[in-house]
Amino acid sequence: MATDFYDLDALLTEDERLVRDNVRAMVTSKVLPTIGEHFEAGTFPMELIAEFGRSGVLGASLPEEYGCAGMSDIAYGLAMLELERGDSGVRSFASVQGALCMYPIYAFGTEEQRRKYLPGMAKGEIIGCFGLTEPDYGSNPAGMISRAVRTPSGFRINGTKRWITNGNLAHIAIIWAKLDDKIRGFVVPTDTKGFTAQKIERKFSLRASVTSELILEDVEVNEDALLPNVEGLKGPLSCLSQARYGISWGVIGAAEACFECAVDYAKNRVQFSRPIAGFQLVQAKFAEIVTEITKAQLVAWRLGKLKEAKKMTPQHVSLAKRNNVRMALESARTCRDILGGNGITYEYPIGRHMLNLETVSTYEGTHDIHSLVLGHAVTGLAAYDWTPPPGE
Amino acid sequence: MKILVPLKRTADPDNANKVKIAPGGGKIVTDGLEPKPNPFDEYAVETALRLTENGTNPKVRLAGDSVVIVSMGPKESAATIRQALAMGADSGLVYETTDEALDGDLVARALARVVAQEKPDLVVMGKQAVDGDSNQVGQILAERLGWPSATFAMSIELSADKKSVIVGREVDGGVIKLKLTLPAVVTVDLRIVSPKSVSNNVTPATHAYQDGARYAPLPMIMAAKKKPIAEAPFASLGEQGLTTTYLRFEQPPSRKAGIKVKDVAELVQRLRSEAKVL
Repeated sequence: MATDFYDLDALLTEDERLVRDNVRAMVTSKVLPTIGEHFEAGTFPMELIAEFGRSGVLGASLPEEYGCAGMSDIAYGLAMLELERGDSGVRSFASVQGALCMYPIYAFGTEEQRRKYLPGMAKGEIIGCFGLTEPDYGSNPAGMISRAVRTPSGFRINGTKRWITNGNLAHIAIIWAKLDDKIRGFVVPTDTKGFTAQKIERKFSLRASVTSELILEDVEVNEDALLPNVEGLKGPLSCLSQARYGISWGVIGAAEACFECAVDYAKNRVQFSRPIAGFQLVQAKFAEIVTEITKAQLVAWRLGKLKEAKKMTPQHVSLAKRNNVRMALESARTCRDILGGNGITYEYPIGRHMLNLETVSTYEGTHDIHSLVLGHAVTGLAAYDWTPPPGE
Repeated sequence: MKILVPLKRTADPDNANKVKIAPGGGKIVTDGLEPKPNPFDEYAVETALRLTENGTNPKVRLAGDSVVIVSMGPKESAATIRQALAMGADSGLVYETTDEALDGDLVARALARVVAQEKPDLVVMGKQAVDGDSNQVGQILAERLGWPSATFAMSIELSADKKSVIVGREVDGGVIKLKLTLPAVVTVDLRIVSPKSVSNNVTPATHAYQDGARYAPLPMIMAAKKKPIAEAPFASLGEQGLTTTYLRFEQPPSRKAGIKVKDVAELVQRLRSEAKVL
C-alpha cells in the first residue's frame, strides 16, 4: 500500500491510476531486484533501457504521433513518482531523456528533427543528454562560455559542459551555446569528431546513474543541428521547468519508499520489550513525515492541474521542486535515523535514497536558487540579478 | 480464435488480514481495502494473451484472434477490466450486481449465457477467486455447457490447427497432460504464468516471457481508453436464484501463546505426554 493519508487516489482518473499501478509493477519487477547492487557497484542498469522504452515512460507526455504515450501531466507525474520509488538515478535517466532532450526537440525543433529523433528516443534506442551547466557556470547559466560560430555548412562548437546525466551513454547531446551572443540549442551526435565525454567517478550519490563532463573541441555540425525555434535562456529554462515538474512528483516516491520501510521496521524492531513504533519520539517523527508527504502530494497534484490548464509558471515549479525535494531529503534522513545502525547498510533502501536526494536537492536549480526565485516572485526584487555599483 | 476470460474484482488479497466480519457474523466487511483483480483471473488474462499473440510483438492479437473479458459484480468492475484491456485484451462486458447476490452456481449459469452470446472457442479463468475460495465456477460452467474441461492448468499448448489444447496439470509425483478438443473450459493455477508455460505455435520456442502477469505499457493504457466495455444489469442474463446459503462467518481462533520449557528433558516429556507426538 502506498502512502495516501488524504485519499488522493480519489482525485485521480481511471487511466491515471492505471499508469501509476503499471509503472509501479514495472519498477517492482524490473528495477527493485537489482538497483541496490548497481548503486553499490556504481553502474547504470543498462539492461533497463529497453524496458523503459517498452513501458512508454520515456517522453510519456509527448504526442502519440511521435511514438510517445500522449499521457496527461498528472499521469506523467505519477510515472515519475513510481520510478523514483525505485531510485532517483533511474528517474533522472527518464527525466533527462524525456524532459530535457525529447521535449526541446519537440518544442523547438523542426518537423524533420522530431521525426528523426523522437520515435527512437521513446523506444530507448537513441539516448540523449542535456548540456547546459559548465564547470564555472552552474546556478548562473547565462554566463556560459560555450560558443558556436557559423561555418559554410553549419556550425563549429567549442566549450565544456559538466554534471551531465547520461553523458557517457548518450547518442545525442542537446548542447546550449552562444551563437552571436545569443544562447541557442544544438542537437550534436556524440560520435562527432571533437566531442568527448568523461565519466565523473567517486560519487556517493546517484551511483546508479552516469554523470559526465562533455568537452567539445571544434565540433562541426550541419545546419540541421540547430533547434531553430528558440533563442535565449528561456530555451534551456523551459526544459528545466519540465524536468523540475517531474522531480516535484518523483521525490515523493523516494520519500514514500523510505517512510514505508521505516514504519515497517519500527513496528517489528523491539527495544525495551516493545516495538519502537510505540514510543512517542518515533511516533512524532512519523507524524511529521506523513504530514510532509501529504502536503507534497497535494502540491504536486495542484501543480499538475495548473500545468494541464497551461497556467503553470516557473515560479510555481520552483515552489514545488524546493519544497518537495527538501521534504524528501529530510524524511529520508529521519527514516535512516529510525533504522539505527541498520539504516546505514545496503540491506535497506533508505540510505541509498538519502544519498541520492543530496544530488536532487542540488541539480535542476539548487534549493537556495529556488528560494531566490520565490523571493523574486514575492518582492519583485531579483537577488541574483546583481549589478555592481559604478566604480567597483 | 476467440477466448473469453471471466474476471472477478476482489478486495486486495495482500491485505487479507484486514478483512473483518460484521457483527452477528452475517457478512464479510472489506471496507478500506483496495480492489484488485483476482490474481488467478489475472493469470488467466495473461494466458489468453499469450495464446493469441506472437510473444515478440505482444501489443497486437494475431489476425482473427480476440480476447474478451467478462465481469459480474459492482459497476466499478469496469476499472478492473480496463487494466486487462491495457494489457492487450480487446473488449469487456460488465454485468452489474453485488457480490452478495452471487454464488458459484449462479455465476456459472450466468457465464453459460454469456458463452452462448459470445461463442468463444475457449474459456480461460482462474481456478478460484481468492475471496470466497469456492473453486467451482469453472467446473460447473463446463458441465452446463457440456464442454471438456481441465482445472489447475500449469501449462497449455495450442495445436497448430487451433482445434485442441494440451493442458498440463501438476499432480502428486509429476505432471499429467490432457488433450482437450475445443471448445473447452480451462482453469489456471499460479504456474501458468511461468516464462515458457504457454505455447501457441506462433511465438518462437526460444521466447521467454517475464514471470507473472505483464504490466501494461503506457501507450497501451492510452489505447485501452478507446476499447469498448459494454455494461448491462446482471438480470439481463436471465439467471437468478442462489443455491448456496452462507449461514455465518467466523474469525479463525487466534493463536494461543506458547510455553517455555526449562530443558530438553522437559521438552521431550511434554512432547510425549501433552502433544503426544513421540
